[in-house]
Amino acid sequence: MNEKPERLIDKKGLRLDGRKPDQLRPVKLEVGIIPNADGSAYVEQGKNKILAGVYGPREAHPKHLSLQDRTVLKCRYHMAPFSVQERKSPAPSRREVELSKVIRESLEPAIFMELYPRTMIDLFIEVLQADGGTRCASITAASLALADSGIPMRDLVVACAAGKVDDTVVLDLMDEEDKLGSADVPVALMPSLNAITLLQMDGKLNQDEFETAVNMAIEGCKQIYSTQKEALKAKYVDVKEEAEE
Amino acid sequence: MAAVIAKIKHNQIVQLIEKEQRLDGRELTEYRKIKLEQGTIERAEGSARVHIGKTDVLVGTKVELGEPFPDTPNEGVLTVNVELVPLASPSYEPGPPDENSIELARIVDRGIRESKMIDTEKLCIDPGKKVFVVFVDVYVLNHDGNLIDASALAAVAALLNTKMPNYEVEDGEVKIKSGSTQLPIKQHPVTVTCAKIGAKLVVDPQLEEEQVMDARLSMAIDDDEEICAIQKGGTGYFTPEQVVGFGKLAVQKAKEMRKKLDW
Repeated sequence: MNEKPERLIDKKGLRLDGRKPDQLRPVKLEVGIIPNADGSAYVEQGKNKILAGVYGPREAHPKHLSLQDRTVLKCRYHMAPFSVQERKSPAPSRREVELSKVIRESLEPAIFMELYPRTMIDLFIEVLQADGGTRCASITAASLALADSGIPMRDLVVACAAGKVDDTVVLDLMDEEDKLGSADVPVALMPSLNAITLLQMDGKLNQDEFETAVNMAIEGCKQIYSTQKEALKAKYVDVKEEAEE
Repeated sequence: MAAVIAKIKHNQIVQLIEKEQRLDGRELTEYRKIKLEQGTIERAEGSARVHIGKTDVLVGTKVELGEPFPDTPNEGVLTVNVELVPLASPSYEPGPPDENSIELARIVDRGIRESKMIDTEKLCIDPGKKVFVVFVDVYVLNHDGNLIDASALAAVAALLNTKMPNYEVEDGEVKIKSGSTQLPIKQHPVTVTCAKIGAKLVVDPQLEEEQVMDARLSMAIDDDEEICAIQKGGTGYFTPEQVVGFGKLAVQKAKEMRKKLDW
């Protein structure tokens, strides 16, 4: 790492990249970019670049994992060796195993699992470049990929983190704030159901700060939610234009 | 987790909890009986065994010499590992750690790490070269629900009676001397878990309640009554009000449980 900045928020209340405390990084979402996958999406949030792809519902593999009354969602969150400063071994780390589990559990509440008994839905997430908040950006992209694959869902799942740096509660932590800040609270939300499907935290927050952080993260989620819906629609606008040509 | 539960039992538990009653007659916010013994394994540098109802967890710690991480050259290292041993439950099998044991280990680890329980700078011997490494090994002996709180409590209790060896540095060589000193401790984090069943939150779910729950939420609380780690699990969801409300309840419950710790 380079030398540590003395303050993460300057005298004017602006952050290292010039954002206000409650401001998101620019978010770019694209749907249907892996031709082979049944559904796919790509997200850029700050310097994060993440791909999500869905295969299925298809025959469960291995077969004994299948369930009689519902489908099984399998999720693999994986970071490319070149996605971080020091090369990351491509073998799954304990962190990646845990994140795969919490990401899966954040998406399952949105899927009508009972519609596809004895099958499996495979969800693959590849982090091509990491910049803090990869689990949140992954969830945002993964739920778009699921929607793109045509699997019926109760709502899109969207995720965003809030946290605390230099005694200020801020939205959407980037890498430096994540590493040097004093708390990080990732939240995943189904906005139209007001349902929190992922909540984690590390750091140190009192009750008031925690409540502020959760509410700030929810507001962030709602902003990304509209971008998400636009991205999903955009794909069909493209299809329509192609057909008219 | 994948164990099957009879539909009739499932419905019974859900209906009871709707009426704010539980299988074993507890209140929704009441823990089962907690029993804590410290120093049960003499060969370990520190140890503790926690019973919460029939859930039984043993933790042993070892302290060894090792190298620090490059990004924290003057801090000791903490490593938490969880073994879901096959004798603890009909659904456990021998083999490498699965996602459940990895998640559990990481939740226990986060509570200790984020509360800054251990004064890791005091574990440094030679910055960038030699530090003490603290291994916390969680051994689940009987699984009857709420492994998170039992493991976290046992791990903290074991660290509280962990001794690190005395040493001296001679010509750049670290020599272990006889005798030992207490591991430097700054905080006493306690983790509190609830399960969401229907629209209700129940504290300290037993195994059958875990089998019917929609989701669970765990919070680690430090001595200053601040939240230092959170983990949501399970395939259901929480409302923002439930999350914030549980934060307040967790602080209360953590205070009660912290009294069991001896320091």
